[in-house]
Amino acid sequence: MSPPPALDFLDLDRLLSDEERLIRDTTRGFVADRILPEVAGWFERGELPRELAKELGDLGLLGMHLEGYGCAGTNAVSYGLACLELEAGDSGARSFVSVQGSLAMYPIWKYGSEEQKRRWLPPMAAGEVIGCFGLTEPDFGSNPAGMRTSARRDGGDWVLNGTKMWITNGGIADVAVVWARTEDEGVRGFLVPAGTPGFSTRDIGRKLSLRASVTSELVLEDCRLPADAVLPEVRGMRGPLSCLNEARFGIVWGSMGAARACFQSALEYATTREQFDRPIGGFQLTQQKLADMLVELSKGTLLALHLGRMKDDGRLAPEQVSLGKLNNVREALAIARSARTILGANGITLEYPVIRHANNLESVLTYEGTSEVHSLILGQAVTGLAAFQ
Amino acid sequence: MKILVTVKRVPDTAAEKRLDPADKTLDRESVETILNPVDEYAVEEALRLKEQHGGEVVVLCMGPSSALATVRKALSMGPDAAVHVHDDALHGSCAFNTAKVLQAAIRQVEPDIVLCGSESTDARTSLVPSALAEYLGWPGLTGAKQLEVDGATVRVHRETENGYDVVEADGPAVVSVVKGINEPRYPSFKGIMAAKSKPVTDYTLADLGVDPGEVGTAGATTEVVDFAPRPPRQAGQQVKDPGDGSAAVELAEFLAGHKFI
Repeated sequence: MSPPPALDFLDLDRLLSDEERLIRDTTRGFVADRILPEVAGWFERGELPRELAKELGDLGLLGMHLEGYGCAGTNAVSYGLACLELEAGDSGARSFVSVQGSLAMYPIWKYGSEEQKRRWLPPMAAGEVIGCFGLTEPDFGSNPAGMRTSARRDGGDWVLNGTKMWITNGGIADVAVVWARTEDEGVRGFLVPAGTPGFSTRDIGRKLSLRASVTSELVLEDCRLPADAVLPEVRGMRGPLSCLNEARFGIVWGSMGAARACFQSALEYATTREQFDRPIGGFQLTQQKLADMLVELSKGTLLALHLGRMKDDGRLAPEQVSLGKLNNVREALAIARSARTILGANGITLEYPVIRHANNLESVLTYEGTSEVHSLILGQAVTGLAAFQ
Repeated sequence: MKILVTVKRVPDTAAEKRLDPADKTLDRESVETILNPVDEYAVEEALRLKEQHGGEVVVLCMGPSSALATVRKALSMGPDAAVHVHDDALHGSCAFNTAKVLQAAIRQVEPDIVLCGSESTDARTSLVPSALAEYLGWPGLTGAKQLEVDGATVRVHRETENGYDVVEADGPAVVSVVKGINEPRYPSFKGIMAAKSKPVTDYTLADLGVDPGEVGTAGATTEVVDFAPRPPRQAGQQVKDPGDGSAAVELAEFLAGHKFI
């Protein structure tokens, strides 16, 4: 019996349905055709072409795990598999899809009025309308509940003031889901169309990570919105946190895509690059690295699949998503860094995917809940003692 | 317009294939299988015909029950329905018998046009489209790089060494298409979800009135007499330069010797 294949060492393929495999293979084919040939250039120039949104929409990737309103309505495992394949291309592409589907479309789908759903979701699913999610502020990252952005009632209208920071897709968004503190109803979500007077965005430059992704600041200065701009079905931090939980689930998978790409690149390099008259993969120190990468990649992917099955069964707790995000991003980053050492100097160029993934994963490590916060969530879960509240 | 497309489940083109020593047929269970790549072009062309002329697209597949995944893959690209012929007696069928069975199924569907991929990546005989046309008694237009349907007229451009042959016939007709006739679409996720609930009609040989003795290994008109694994690759010849540049001469002589230069 020949050894199992390196990229599916635990034969997880067999645990997937035909439909799940088809979604994975379709996404993998799209990434190979459309993203991999171009992404090094996008990363170098610091851009993500807007037309990619339409292509992702045609494929059905945007809001794929939502039902109705032009969305495909797949299960959570399929969504996870698509995130994995996209992030094997680039974390920027996966971030785009996470933000559109889980952070912008999900709150509209879950907490919006029927009218809001009908107006926004179909064009967002098609990639014709891009959304973003405004929660983090310059002074409130891990502690979003301290937000200063305010929403004040003025007659039938709402008036928003404040600044949101580190907003993926902010500068290219047609609609922003902005979370703001109200005077007597706690935190509420608002749909702010681009071009609304008093609403502006500024892209954040000089990034050395997630370069194939737009990151922006949102500024609200006496931004007046009609009464029906508020998401009617949710009040309090539960709203934005439930969205983040959806997006984090995608990261549990996506990070393993980036890790797989790095492992694959290192493995190919190690078996072809010769030093001292033999492939460097024949040296014990290199094999140790490859074996460690294989172990963590296999475990992390298995963990993602397990959490996905739990989510599809409706019994996935947010703390379990924290465990997945903490482990998988941490291990993906370790794999990327280890792969970099195998590639030597070649590992720092965009000719290989490794340094791009390693740099991207530095962002993935801290966005959507830093490793530290996820550790504290787990600490609280097992001790019953909150260390951060 | 009723358009029928034949599709086949084949081993992944990238995979190492094995033949079963017992009956010298392909061991389909040991490798990953995919929708025959050229058939994707035929499905795409069928969907484009439907977009131009209206009607419906029906996928036809002959293959074991596990080929249902291939049928669903084809359906996920957009066809409306499928017909799946599976029967244990079909195992080991030759190209002609495959065409005979497909023909019987096609007569049940009564399409206006049949589209096939020009060949399958496993057996590569390219016989089925022509045999199918023969059994149906329809014109067979093979190797289409371009297809037009104009009323009852079916016209194809067939690529040749010097350009194109333009071939036309009155439908119903069998058309085989080659790679490059179009750019097959990705199955959309909505299409993948919808494929689950699209109707798939199952036929056995009895349903089609085909005698099991005429098909499968028993009725095969061709026989695989012998097979052998590909010999391991020979070690290449190494040319090392002693430092006086003579390796370049040796390389040039090697290339000239093989008439590369």
